[in-house]
Amino acid sequence: MTTTPNEAATREAAEALTGVETTARSVAESAAEPAAGITGAQSLVRSLEAVGVDVVFGIPGGAILPAYDPLFDSAVRHVLVRHEQGAGHAATGYAQATGRVGVCMATSGPGATNLVTPLADAYMDSVPIVAITGQVPSAAIGTDAFQEADIRGITMPVTKHNFLVTSAAEIPQRIAEAFHLASTGRPGPVLVDIPKDVLQATTDFSWPPRMDLPGYKPTTRPHGKQVREAATLIAGASRPVLYVGGGVLKAQATEELAELAELTGAPVVTTLMARGAFPDSSPQHLGMPGMHGTVAAVTALQKSDVIVALGARFDDRVTGELSSFAPEALVVHADIDPAEIGKNRKADVPIVGDAKETIAQLVEALRAEHAAGRTPDLAAWWAQLDDWRERYPLGYDWPEDGALSPQYVIERLGAIAGPDAIYTSGVGQHQMWAAQFIKYEKPGTWLNSGGLGTMGYSVPAAMGAKYGCPETTVWAIDGDGCFQMTNQELATCAIEGIPVKVAVINNGNLGMVRQWQTLFYEGRYSNTKLHAQEADGTPKPVRIPDFVALAEALGCVGLRCESKDDVDAVIEKAMAINDAPVVIDFVVGADAQVWPMVAAGASNDAILAARDLRPVFGDGQV
Amino acid sequence: MTRHTLSVLVENKSGVLARVSALFSRRGFNIESLAVGPTENPDLSRMTIVVDAESQPLEQITKQLNKLIEIIKIVELDGGAAVQRELLLVKVRAPLAERTQVLQTAELFRARVIDVNTDTVTLEATGTPDKLQALLAVLAPLGIKEMAQSGTVALGRGPRAMSGAGTLRPVERSA
Repeated sequence: MTTTPNEAATREAAEALTGVETTARSVAESAAEPAAGITGAQSLVRSLEAVGVDVVFGIPGGAILPAYDPLFDSAVRHVLVRHEQGAGHAATGYAQATGRVGVCMATSGPGATNLVTPLADAYMDSVPIVAITGQVPSAAIGTDAFQEADIRGITMPVTKHNFLVTSAAEIPQRIAEAFHLASTGRPGPVLVDIPKDVLQATTDFSWPPRMDLPGYKPTTRPHGKQVREAATLIAGASRPVLYVGGGVLKAQATEELAELAELTGAPVVTTLMARGAFPDSSPQHLGMPGMHGTVAAVTALQKSDVIVALGARFDDRVTGELSSFAPEALVVHADIDPAEIGKNRKADVPIVGDAKETIAQLVEALRAEHAAGRTPDLAAWWAQLDDWRERYPLGYDWPEDGALSPQYVIERLGAIAGPDAIYTSGVGQHQMWAAQFIKYEKPGTWLNSGGLGTMGYSVPAAMGAKYGCPETTVWAIDGDGCFQMTNQELATCAIEGIPVKVAVINNGNLGMVRQWQTLFYEGRYSNTKLHAQEADGTPKPVRIPDFVALAEALGCVGLRCESKDDVDAVIEKAMAINDAPVVIDFVVGADAQVWPMVAAGASNDAILAARDLRPVFGDGQV
Repeated sequence: MTRHTLSVLVENKSGVLARVSALFSRRGFNIESLAVGPTENPDLSRMTIVVDAESQPLEQITKQLNKLIEIIKIVELDGGAAVQRELLLVKVRAPLAERTQVLQTAELFRARVIDVNTDTVTLEATGTPDKLQALLAVLAPLGIKEMAQSGTVALGRGPRAMSGAGTLRPVERSA
């Protein structure tokens, strides 16, 4: 690493952050000391310290205000965001990058309802976060009091669990339970709603509290017989595929996965939530399956005889039309959540358990199969896979009008920032290109909103990731539509010293919707043009907003790139700035499309490698 | 569609009923009847839920229910392996001329008279849903003024208990 003044500043900032972390840990030990006659708010902050929280993303307000007073003196750092949605996604980004529980805090009513989207997002993507909300005083609950919202009722369907705390004495227990629930089993968001009078009441504090969750016993250890059956099936397969989902990352099971892949010699596909779980550089990796997956990955699943699903959930974006998905495959489905098994696709060998333990046991069971002489010959399968891979690689055409290619920008960004950087994205075309054209080698380097598809995720998630990993370069790859939803958090980043980098892939449109309009609505671009336009729809030569000026207004360095020749230089310039957030406005062509594509609801057999290009699969050869 | 009776032990806490009913509506299941009450353990309540569902979606709803943190155990109680009862209160028109007929009907169905006045008689009956339906069919021509009926409550037959040790086999636990 070459040293520039900026980098020195970053390191200093990093050390400062690490210092805070260390303090939080030492406080954690002293916080375990009991205390009598303190407020509920003090008990809350002591509980957060004791459970090991180093940062809370939030905004104060009336009902949560008592909690902010002891927080002022705490080693737990608070990052003052500009919108509660930013707090929620920042907690998610922090959790996804570090593997620890992310924490966000908001006041009652609108503060709490602004957390609903990030909670739903974290629920769909199984991210461990804890949200703490203030509530109107107990006596006012149910009276339509000022800033009252039934946030517990509202968030029931989008949280793993939630609590309304009814007395100050409960606070340590509820916080301990919330963190335990969020981070164990299938991870997910947990909300703790605390009325203002409970925060103000006098109470005693002791740690650790007794947890009382009699109905919560996640199965982490897989059933040995099921594992052996799976191994027998895999050993006898002639066209196996390892279908790897986000659960493998959540379980930190990538080493075990690498071992399993090596042992089986089987092709691996990683879903949108699992990019980075298996190195893209491995020749066994066929890429991402699904609607915009590689032809090889989609078709490998489609033609396989045994699918080994690991921490994946047969989402509709992966399977396409369910009834015609992988018609000849027997399915081994390993997941920590029994409700996922058999939900969409029948499992021939269901395995409930933690992915790390399951894969480790599967490796052992497969070794026994191999020792008994049952070693499959996958040469013919690989010949077929290599043929698909060679004939239909990922690629893109340069726009005919000479505009900058968005795929090229993202590809270069990945090449220059490299596999050590963390990449976050919003939702849409840029997200798919970032999943396709950046080469991921390591877990926790690709963070995105997979299940909910939340536009506006990338900037606040990058903020959370950068806070959690201050020495890592964090790039938010965003679309101009997404960026306009949450860019206010760049002010937070600038003020709080969180130097994220943002690549706005600015095509002046809601690109993915525009692509669908091109393909399925005869090019009628109803309400997808974000740029200023004349009455006849042609773009006006003004930039609204001017992203460079906007970046500067938010305390960031603003850069712009409009031609291929400048791409590398501008990325390198941004890489060299580490004392402030940087935004690059990449002005790209509006008509680039994401390919390959399986149309929504269509069969994966109908994948198009490019527009009007239906691959020849050599049906009957396999 | 077939009827299934789920006996669900839950923590006796506020909000559990809302979670359960919201889960049913979100997943598109219609609850035919629902009865909630205390159990021998003051920390637990029992919900008896009758649903119309095919077995495959029923398995999914059971797994989803199991994921609710406050649900302790779910057992499907069906057919001959369980006893099931509902409670019916029915106010029947019973002027003196027709009163005997009402009372005879009540006796046939082992229903009890719990309120009486010059115009009506209120009966209390318990039984399986089928039996209560039969009673109502006989009373209908006499004139039913008002009625209230509980959801089904049910217990497994035999010595085993859901909440004790060595109990009925629960539906697989969840994450």
